[in-house]
Amino acid sequence: MASSARTSEHSANAPLSIHDMTVAYHRRPVLWDIDFDAPQARLIGIVGPNGAGKSTLIKAALDLVPRVSGVVSIYGKPYRQQRRLVGYVPQRESVDWDFPVNARDVVTMGRYGQIGWCRPVTRRHRAAAMEALDRVGMADYARRQISQLSGGQQQRVFLARALAQEAELYLMDEPFAGVDAATEQAIMAILEDLKHAGKTVLVVHHDLQTVSDYFDWLILLNMRIVDAGPTADVFTHDNLHKTYGGKLTLLSEAADLIAKQR
Amino acid sequence: MMTILAIADHGLQWPDAEQFLRVLLMRDYNTRVVVLGVSVLGLAAGVVGTFMLLRRQALLSDAVSHATLPGIGLAFMLMAAWGGDGRTLGGLLLGAALFGVLAIFCVIGLTRYTRLKDDTALAIVLSVLFGLGIAFLGLIQNMQEGNAAGLSQFIYGKAASMLAVEANTIFVSACVIALVCTLLFKEFTLVCFDQGFAATQGWPVGWLDLVLMVMVVGVTVVGLQAVGLILVVAMLIIPPAAARFWTDHLSRMALIAGGLGAVSGYLGATLSGLMTNLPTGPVIVLTATFMFGVSLLLGWRRGVIRRVAAHVRLVRRVGMQHLLRAMYELRESGDDPIRIGRLMMKRSWSIRRLKRLLKRAQRCGHVQAVSDQSVRLTEQGLAAAATVVRNHRLWEIYLITHADIAPSHVDRDADAIEHVLGAELVERLERTLAVEPSRAPPSPHPLAGAAS
Repeated sequence: MASSARTSEHSANAPLSIHDMTVAYHRRPVLWDIDFDAPQARLIGIVGPNGAGKSTLIKAALDLVPRVSGVVSIYGKPYRQQRRLVGYVPQRESVDWDFPVNARDVVTMGRYGQIGWCRPVTRRHRAAAMEALDRVGMADYARRQISQLSGGQQQRVFLARALAQEAELYLMDEPFAGVDAATEQAIMAILEDLKHAGKTVLVVHHDLQTVSDYFDWLILLNMRIVDAGPTADVFTHDNLHKTYGGKLTLLSEAADLIAKQR
Repeated sequence: MMTILAIADHGLQWPDAEQFLRVLLMRDYNTRVVVLGVSVLGLAAGVVGTFMLLRRQALLSDAVSHATLPGIGLAFMLMAAWGGDGRTLGGLLLGAALFGVLAIFCVIGLTRYTRLKDDTALAIVLSVLFGLGIAFLGLIQNMQEGNAAGLSQFIYGKAASMLAVEANTIFVSACVIALVCTLLFKEFTLVCFDQGFAATQGWPVGWLDLVLMVMVVGVTVVGLQAVGLILVVAMLIIPPAAARFWTDHLSRMALIAGGLGAVSGYLGATLSGLMTNLPTGPVIVLTATFMFGVSLLLGWRRGVIRRVAAHVRLVRRVGMQHLLRAMYELRESGDDPIRIGRLMMKRSWSIRRLKRLLKRAQRCGHVQAVSDQSVRLTEQGLAAAATVVRNHRLWEIYLITHADIAPSHVDRDADAIEHVLGAELVERLERTLAVEPSRAPPSPHPLAGAAS
């Protein structure tokens, strides 16, 4: 139960610092006492079984779902004052891909916060969107209607939109879901670049096999933080046992079954 | 200014040519403002409706419009009770607007604080409030004071009986609504596409949603007299639905929807001015629906005809590619010219289909008939066939070497996909398989019907 990151003192300038956060849906708590500081310039994985509250953790940090208690700060200040510093990649299924916009339009949305109220999109912002599309290797698809893109391409467009935000901290909700191996590698390369540029990236992740390759910091989550810290310390058999309730292999099958029934 | 546009108040009469011109060319001042007002209303409704459609809230606008009826009834009763003229327009529309907003809050509240799904909440709010409105109208008919005549006009709409002042109000409100939509176009787009993302950027999603809803209430309320509350939803939803068939681009969709809305508004107002006892609402709906039908058939992007044509083209291309490949393979095994009987055995096609394919291949110069019973590939046909066979075999080899599919099964799998291989994919296949361009590799499995 005790997490290594649970200390009473939070570092003042951590990219993301969550203190004693509890979140409930319809009065049923889904996250208890979440408490950690994410270190700067790391690729941080959030790993746990289905229903562990991984997406909820990100959404609660971003004020998208209400918190029952707790404080979230971004570089030492409340999120409200630091929105410009945060880039967000929601789950791909969260939007209607039949929406009448093209790939560049979606990426341009990442600039809307900087453009401001009632102002039209200028050439400068469109150029920034194109640059972001180019970084994810999608420049050739800029004019493609988004429903005509494959799942992997849609995911890249979402990533490009977050890149266009030019943030310091990125929160990504399953960016590898429904993506082929080549795209996964391409996305990983971009995340590595972000890390080397000093950005902090939190990624909700499913695939335990790739965890130690991808992330240098890890949050093991199952409605509470089981453990959080450098991957080498945290990614242990014991911890996984605690996180997944000791039936690691069975669980993924069961989870798949449940997912199908929904 | 009690000029009334209705040409005749009794009997069904077709207008004569002079009246026709007078209304169509909008020679009267009154006709002019009414027609202009309703047209601009159509435009505003089309633009607002575009966002409602994309927000998947089409039915919410229906609930709003139905909910205005009790507002009108209540406002009438209050005004009459205080000794005023119950038909004071400003008061009636204020009541309508308040109840429209109330309906929105009821729907939102029901879905948020109970576990009801939004379609259930909509159905409840719509029917309850409309029922309440009808009950109020019943009460009003029994009232002595207030002059209740003409209230039912709000249900079906009668642009022709509108005064110039009222039409001016419509015109100005519709212009304001269209302006707000233009100013907030970017913001509405973001909120409709991805609410969560919009919220993380700090956009006040709830407020923007509310502004959009207020626009809907605005269109509904100012449209009440002209279109009627039952059918105003058609003005909001049908033009954008039609516009979606023409474009994949949001701003164009809004423009087209606005244009279609304006045209249906124009026709609705003029026709109801011309023909006795023809309410505006139904004419607008019918006009809009006609344009919807045309868009459904002819729309460049998603129209039925375009899709059917694309399907027919695909079927034809696939048929032609099958024929070319069959002939190429037979030619590889030494048949030249090729007997039609041998071709028959290559695939499970009927003799009629094969003959039709051959005829088409002859027309485009791929095949020439040698005799009644035999054909041969022309030079051009041979080149085309070589490309087809090459793609097919590249794909087969890829499936065997990279996807672990048994050689005996690849033919069928490759068959399904080779026809849609684009140039880009073929190039990637060539790179992956490291084959030299422009030559067909030998088939990785024994060919059906080959005598070799």
